[in-house]
Amino acid sequence: MTPLPKTLQATFLASALAIALFPLANSPFYIELVTKIMIMAIFAMSLDLLVGYTGLVSFGHAAYFGIAAYAVVLISPKYEAASLWLTLPASVLIAAASAFVIGLFVLRTKGIYFIMVTLAFAQMVYFLFHDTGLGGGSDGTYLNFKPEAKLAGYTLFDLGNTRHFYYFVFALMLLVYLFLRRLLQSPLGRAFIGIKVNEHRMWSLGYPVLRYKLASFTIAGGLGGLAGYLAACQFGFVNPEILSWHQSGNVLLMVILGGMGTLYGPIAGAFAFVMMQEYFSALTKHWQLLMGGLIVLVVLFFPGGLASLADRFKTRGVKKPVVAEAKHG
Amino acid sequence: MAEALLSAAGATRHFGGLAAVNNVSIELQRGQLHAVLGPNGAGKSTLINLLSGDLPLSAGTIRYKGRDISALSMDRRSRMGVGRSYQKTNIFPSFTAFENCRLAAQSRDARPFNIFANALHNRAVSAAAERALEQAGLAGRGEIVAATLSHGEQRQLEIAMVLATDPDVLLLDEPLAGMGAEESARMVELLRKLAADHAVMLVEHDMDAVFAVADRITVMANGQVLESGLPEQIRASAAVKQVYLGEDEERHV
Amino acid sequence: MDASVYLIQILNSIQYGLLLFLVASGLTLIFGIMGIINLAHGSFYMIGAYMAFSLSALTGNLFLAILLGIILSVILGIVLEWLLFSRLYRREHLEQVLLTFGLILIFEELRSIIAGDDVHGVPIPAFLNYSIPLTENQSYPVYRLFISGVCLLIAGAMYLFIQRTRLGMMIRAGNTNREMAQSLGVNINLIYRLVFALGMALAAFAGMLAAPVSSVFPGMGNQVLILSFVVVVIGGIGSVWGALVAALLIGFADTFGKVFVPDYAGIAVYLLMAAILLWRPEGLFRRA
Repeated sequence: MTPLPKTLQATFLASALAIALFPLANSPFYIELVTKIMIMAIFAMSLDLLVGYTGLVSFGHAAYFGIAAYAVVLISPKYEAASLWLTLPASVLIAAASAFVIGLFVLRTKGIYFIMVTLAFAQMVYFLFHDTGLGGGSDGTYLNFKPEAKLAGYTLFDLGNTRHFYYFVFALMLLVYLFLRRLLQSPLGRAFIGIKVNEHRMWSLGYPVLRYKLASFTIAGGLGGLAGYLAACQFGFVNPEILSWHQSGNVLLMVILGGMGTLYGPIAGAFAFVMMQEYFSALTKHWQLLMGGLIVLVVLFFPGGLASLADRFKTRGVKKPVVAEAKHG
Repeated sequence: MAEALLSAAGATRHFGGLAAVNNVSIELQRGQLHAVLGPNGAGKSTLINLLSGDLPLSAGTIRYKGRDISALSMDRRSRMGVGRSYQKTNIFPSFTAFENCRLAAQSRDARPFNIFANALHNRAVSAAAERALEQAGLAGRGEIVAATLSHGEQRQLEIAMVLATDPDVLLLDEPLAGMGAEESARMVELLRKLAADHAVMLVEHDMDAVFAVADRITVMANGQVLESGLPEQIRASAAVKQVYLGEDEERHV
Repeated sequence: MDASVYLIQILNSIQYGLLLFLVASGLTLIFGIMGIINLAHGSFYMIGAYMAFSLSALTGNLFLAILLGIILSVILGIVLEWLLFSRLYRREHLEQVLLTFGLILIFEELRSIIAGDDVHGVPIPAFLNYSIPLTENQSYPVYRLFISGVCLLIAGAMYLFIQRTRLGMMIRAGNTNREMAQSLGVNINLIYRLVFALGMALAAFAGMLAAPVSSVFPGMGNQVLILSFVVVVIGGIGSVWGALVAALLIGFADTFGKVFVPDYAGIAVYLLMAAILLWRPEGLFRRA
C-alpha cells in the first residue's frame, strides 16, 4: 500500500497534534464537543468500510451504534460502575453479532433493495427499543455510573473526567484508523475493494462474495458499536433517537461530505458536519432548513466531498484514476 | 481415451420461451484444445456461462472430474479448477494490472480472512500473479493501471487473471477479439502451450486461428450442436458449410 | 372477541393497506420507470395532509381542499422534477438518497415554519361523518369505508392505465431505457416529468385522505415512507400489483399486530419483510 502523499501526511500530523493539545487551552464545552466529533468520526469510518470500500450503501448503520449504546446501559449494574474491560468488548461484540445476523438477511439483496432493506431493519431495531419495555421505551434510560478502567485495583483513568474521556476517545479514534488501514492492506481488505470495483468478477475468480460482504458488514457493525458505546458513556443516557434513521442518514452524510473511499475523509466529514450543525443551530431555530439546503447543494455540485478538494489541490485539476484514492488510507 | 475433465450432458438453458442452449453435450479433456464455433446467437457464450456457473442450468448435468457440479456456485467451481475469461473485458479497471492478477491469485490463498497479514507480502501469491502476467505477454506492464492499458493489453490481462487462479480447465470466450496481429499470434502460441497440460475450451470467431490450434471442434447453431469432431471432419462437413454460407448470405443482404 | 371486532379490524387493515398502497405505488413507479430512489416521497404524504388541514380551514370544504391540493402537488412535483430530479437520473443511488434526505429536512422545516409544530385535527365532511352500527355497541365510521372505496377506484384506474395505455405498456415492459423510448417517438423527458408529478400527487392525495382519520402531525411522512419501502421490498420494485398485495399484507400485519401483540406491533411488519426476504429476496412480484 502506498504511503500517504507528503502534504497529506503533514496535514494529518498537524491535525493530530492540534487535537492532542486542544484540551490544554479550552473550556469543557469545547472539549466535549470535540469528543463528540471524534466519536462520530469513528462511526463514520466504520460506515466507510461498507460504503467506500466494499460498495455496500447501508442506510441503517445507526442500528449498530444504538445496539451497543443500549448494550452498555443494559449490562451495567444499576447502582455501581461496571468494568470498562468487560462492557466495551461485550458491547462491541453484541453490535457485531447483530450486524452478522442482520447481514444474513440484507446481503441477499443488492443496490437499491439493499438501501431500503438496511433502512427497514434499522427501523425494526428502533421499534424494538421504542415499543417494548426493553431500555425504557421511547423515554430511554440512564447509564447511572460510567464504566471504570481499573487495573489491579488501581483506576487508570476516569471516564467521568472530561479530559480523560477526551484522550480515551482520541486514542480509540487513532486505533480504529490504524486498524482499518491495516485491514485494507490485508488480503481480506483487498478483496473488499475488489468487490466494490467488480463484484461479479470476484465471484468468477473464486471468491465467496457473500461471505466477504458479511465479514465487512460485521466488522463495520462492531466498529459502529464502539462509537455507540462511547456515545452512551459520554451522555450517560440512551433513547431510541440514537438509532433513528436520521442518525443513519447523518453518518452517511459525514462519509460523503468528507469523501468516501478514504479513511481521513470520514474524520474530516464528521468534523465538518458537527461544526456545521453547531453553527447553524446557533443561527436559527430552523437550522435544519440550512442543513438540508447545504446537503442538496453538496450532492449537486460537490459529489466527491472534501477529499476531492484535497485531490484537486494536489493534482491541480488532473483527474486521477480511482485506485490512487482507494490506495492511500 | 482419457476421461473428460469437464463435461456437459444435455445442457439446456431457457430464456423465457427461447432455448439459448438446447441439449448440448460436450467433453473437455486435459491436453486438448476444444474450439466451439458458430454464428452469432448460436449459444456459445451461454454454454460457457453454464459450464462456469455464471448461469444456472434449466436442464442437464455438468460434471467435473466425474463429480456432478451442476448445482455448485460459480466461486466453488472456480476454486475447484474451472477458470474462465469473458468476451466483454471484465477486469478491475481502477487497479494496476499486477493487482488484477494478484487478486485473482489471492483467491487460492489458504487463509483469506487473516486481517493482520499484508496482502503484498504473500510471496506465493505475488509470484503467481507475476507468472500469469508474463505468460499472457504483459511482463513489465504490471504497474500500469488497467483502465489505461490498450484494448489488446486488456484482453491479455483478461487471460492473465484466469491463469493466475491456476485452473485445470480454461473456458475462453473470444480471447483474440480486438487483438492486433502480433498479439494474436502470441496468444495462439500461448493457447497451444496451455493445451498441453490443461483442458481448454475456446470460443472464437477467427477461423484461421481455430483451425491452427484446435484438436477438436464443435459447431453450434441455434443453441444446438450441429457437428463435432476433428478439424478435418468439420472442414468437410456439409452441414457446417451450409450454416456459414447461410449466415454469409444474410450478411450480404 | 366476537365477530364484529374481527370485522372492524379487517376493515381497518384493508383501509390502512390501501392507503399505504397509494403512497407505495407512486414510489415503485418512480423507481421502476426512472430508476430514482426518492426518500422525499413521504414528505409529500405529509405535505398533502397539511394542505388538507390548511386548505379545508380556508375553504371550509375538504373536497375542494383536496382538489386544490392535488393541483398544487402536481405543480410542486413538476417544479421539483425540473429543478432537481432531472439532474439525478444518471447519478448513483447513493447520491439520490442523500439529496432526497436533504429534501426531507427542508420540507419538514418548511412545514414547521409555515404550519407550526402542533398536532391538528381535520374535520370529516358532515355527510360522511356518521357510523354504521354493527352490534349494540359497535359501529364502523363511514369515512373509513369512503377511504377504502376511493383507494380501490384509484387502484382500478391505475390498472386500466397500465393495461390499456401506451405509457402503461412501457411500464409493464419495465422500460427504463431512454434511447429505446425515444426511438419509439416518445418524449421521454415529458413522460418522466408527468410520472414523477403523478407519483408525488398520489402520495399527497393519500395524505389528504388520511388527514381526518390520522390527524396532522410533524414527522408523519417518515413513518409512511419507511413502510412504503417495506411494501416495495416485499412486492418487488416496479410492480404495482406487487405493491397492492404487499400493502394489504402490511395493513393486516400491523393492524392485527396491534390487537394481539401491542408491544411488538411495530416489529411485526419488519419480521414479515425478513421472512419474505429469506423466501424471495427480489420480492413477491419481481419481473424476471
